[in-house]
Amino acid sequence: MPLLDVRDLSVVFQRKGTAPVKAVDGVSFTVEPGQTVGLVGESGCGKSVTSLAIMGLLPRRGNKVTGEVMFEETDLLTLRPQELRDRRGRDIGMIFQDPLSSLNPVIPLGVQVAEVLERHQGRTRQAALKQARELLDAVGIPDPARRLKEFPHQLSGGMRQRALIAIALACKPRLLIADEPTTALDVTIQAQILTLLKELVDDSGTALVMITHDLGVVAGLCDTVNVLYAGKVVERAGRHQLFREPRHPYTDGLLQSVPRLDVDRGGRLHQIRGSVSDNIPWPEGCAFAPRCDRVIDDCIGDTVPLEPTRAGALRCTNPVPREVPV
Amino acid sequence: MSDTLVRIDDLKVHFPIKSGLLFDRTVGYVYAVDGVSLTVRRGETYGLVGESGCGKSTLGRGLLRLVEPTSGAITFDGTDVRSLKGEQMRLFRRRIQMVFQDPMSSLDPRQSVESLLVEGLKAHGLHKNKAEAQKRLRSTLDSVGLPASALSKYPHEFSGGQRQRIGIARALVLGPELIVADEPVSALDVSIQAQVVNLLGDLQESLGLTYLVIAHDLAVVRHISDTIGVMYLGALVEEADGDQLYERPLHPYTRALLSAVPIPDPRVEDRRERILLAGDLPSPANPPSGCRFRTRCPWSQTRCAEERPELRVFDDSGQRVACHFAEDILSGELRPHEVHAQLVRPDAGHTPDVGNELIVTRTDLPAP
Ligand SMILES: Nc1ncnc2c1ncn2[C@@H]1O[C@H](COP(=O)(O)OP(=O)(O)OP(=O)(O)O)[C@@H](O)[C@H]1O
Ligand SMILES: Nc1ncnc2c1ncn2[C@@H]1O[C@H](COP(=O)(O)OP(=O)(O)OP(=O)(O)O)[C@@H](O)[C@H]1O
Ligand code: SF4
Ligand SMILES: [Mg+2]
Ligand SMILES: [Mg+2]
Repeated sequence: MPLLDVRDLSVVFQRKGTAPVKAVDGVSFTVEPGQTVGLVGESGCGKSVTSLAIMGLLPRRGNKVTGEVMFEETDLLTLRPQELRDRRGRDIGMIFQDPLSSLNPVIPLGVQVAEVLERHQGRTRQAALKQARELLDAVGIPDPARRLKEFPHQLSGGMRQRALIAIALACKPRLLIADEPTTALDVTIQAQILTLLKELVDDSGTALVMITHDLGVVAGLCDTVNVLYAGKVVERAGRHQLFREPRHPYTDGLLQSVPRLDVDRGGRLHQIRGSVSDNIPWPEGCAFAPRCDRVIDDCIGDTVPLEPTRAGALRCTNPVPREVPV
Repeated sequence: MSDTLVRIDDLKVHFPIKSGLLFDRTVGYVYAVDGVSLTVRRGETYGLVGESGCGKSTLGRGLLRLVEPTSGAITFDGTDVRSLKGEQMRLFRRRIQMVFQDPMSSLDPRQSVESLLVEGLKAHGLHKNKAEAQKRLRSTLDSVGLPASALSKYPHEFSGGQRQRIGIARALVLGPELIVADEPVSALDVSIQAQVVNLLGDLQESLGLTYLVIAHDLAVVRHISDTIGVMYLGALVEEADGDQLYERPLHPYTRALLSAVPIPDPRVEDRRERILLAGDLPSPANPPSGCRFRTRCPWSQTRCAEERPELRVFDDSGQRVACHFAEDILSGELRPHEVHAQLVRPDAGHTPDVGNELIVTRTDLPAP
């Protein structure tokens, strides 16, 4: 049984006087215990809204969430706020792009880590602080005993992200959701943080949902990858399969359009024409159709369903053909 | 006509750190650019890479004298840029144009595209008559792939990629020889990045432009640059052509940087060896003695703390490196050792507003 089973999740934002915005449109995916699952896609495709909806962190008003978010036996969408808060931190940890916004600026770091342990594991303050120091040490923060008394703004971005990882993993959750955890960091710091995350989830058996726009990050980290476009999953496959043989024209185009460090300087890059915002509201049929080189009549009009494939799933009427083995 | 378009010699840009309520006392300096020498050849693309805060943008702005350099020399096409005054400098500016990272924030939202472009023409005395200007605007827009109808629109009516095209058009319309592009694609989505990278390449080919491209994405820089300069804490640590830099990085920092860039191919990722650096970039207000990289360098020796390595030509390939031990590291004679992370405090400039507020108003909190 999967640890997390997201079924047909949709989020519609509605404000008075404006047209409703369907930011997430029937997203389904599963996460097995201990597995690392990637959600990739470009800006605005609904990655963050998906994760916020799973965690019950969307604003109370102005949006409508439908579908199911099964965490083991429980549908998180049906829980009362208090029950959900208990789950967060204990069963599910999370890390965001900007650690400053998720850390409290006026509370010392040590207390912030300790509070999680007190709340969810009933530790005394003293025991919790001791464990907090061990946690900071485990995520590679130098001189952790002194750091306990310091405030988030006294640390660099990379150190703050480490602190946030310590908090998220304090109660040994079974699931960790990381939304662009390294996007704001420099690449050498990103390498530190990704290596740390990988070690921690490998050691503890925590499942990880990795949200990123960086295909390179996905390539090194995720067992299964979900590619999102315009609020929908358009392709899902194991990472080796996806990168070797992308079937959706969007995935294929994306992979060809990134310059690669390990490939000799070529001429022009492959480019996908147009841009996502050229076509809001997202059209009926395939949302990628206006930019797609393989578009045929069937792509326009009727909704294109996400169909299971041998590798995973695919939402495309005219996918990139498989390479035929000679 | 000489092959060299830009020559920068031992350029320094130091920002004073002021303190005191009554007296504007200078208590120190941010050594943002601290002795950079490089040349850019006519028609080439020179890519500057390095991590946030290493001084890339300051170098670019110093070159245009948008910030006044503290010392050093800048020569552009034989002209001593730092000696230009008033009107001379204004006329000179046309020849070097800048393209910025965030097209939205560098474009005035209340101005139509036409007025944005005309403004530049007028400022440089290139607006002779309306018909001619119109022709110039249209052909410029055409060259960046925008329709003439874009002229009457406003920046918010365009997508990110289109706005970056407008930013490029605004630079191009003045007919510059050098374009300094500061993170021209880093705010864009991958699929849009490719469009803009290609556009820059096409324009270079058709107009014979020279580029100084500043970016933190090494893969992008490698794709577009003929020569790459790697900066660390205000100085160049290595310079080589792109293939050479990738094939044979000499400086320990370049090695670490190259090994840290994720590559979108699981087969490559699974086999890669990473050189993980300990700790953070030190503050440019308080750089380490000797080699600036020594606090994070897995190969550092005693000499590294005592003597600052000069950027020197390594061999006939022309590759330049600033490391005392580049030969021994390359040959494997010098082995890497463990490095302990040193804690680096975020700069005052990087402290969030809320933090600053707190420091000023709450005496019960420890100072940063
Ligand atoms: N509170 C909100 N009210 C209205 N629309 C919203 C709200 N939050 C997000 N959206 C819209 O939902 C869509 C998806 O946003 P989301 O933040 O999930 O994108 P993302 O994939 O995380 O992008 P990025 O890579 O830029 O973080 C966007 O079009 C966004 O404008
Ligand atoms: N006007 C200024 N006054 C004081 N300090 C400055 C000023 N401009 C830049 N600095 C400082 O100089 C250093 C170099 O900044 P710079 O913007 O050149 O870095 P960068 O390499 O472009 O970084 P990024 O990748 O973040 O753009 C930083 O520490 C910065 O805080
Ligand atoms: S000079 Fe010394 S510290 Fe600097 S990079 Fe070379 S070995 Fe490392
Ligand atoms: Mg997001
Ligand atoms: Mg910059």
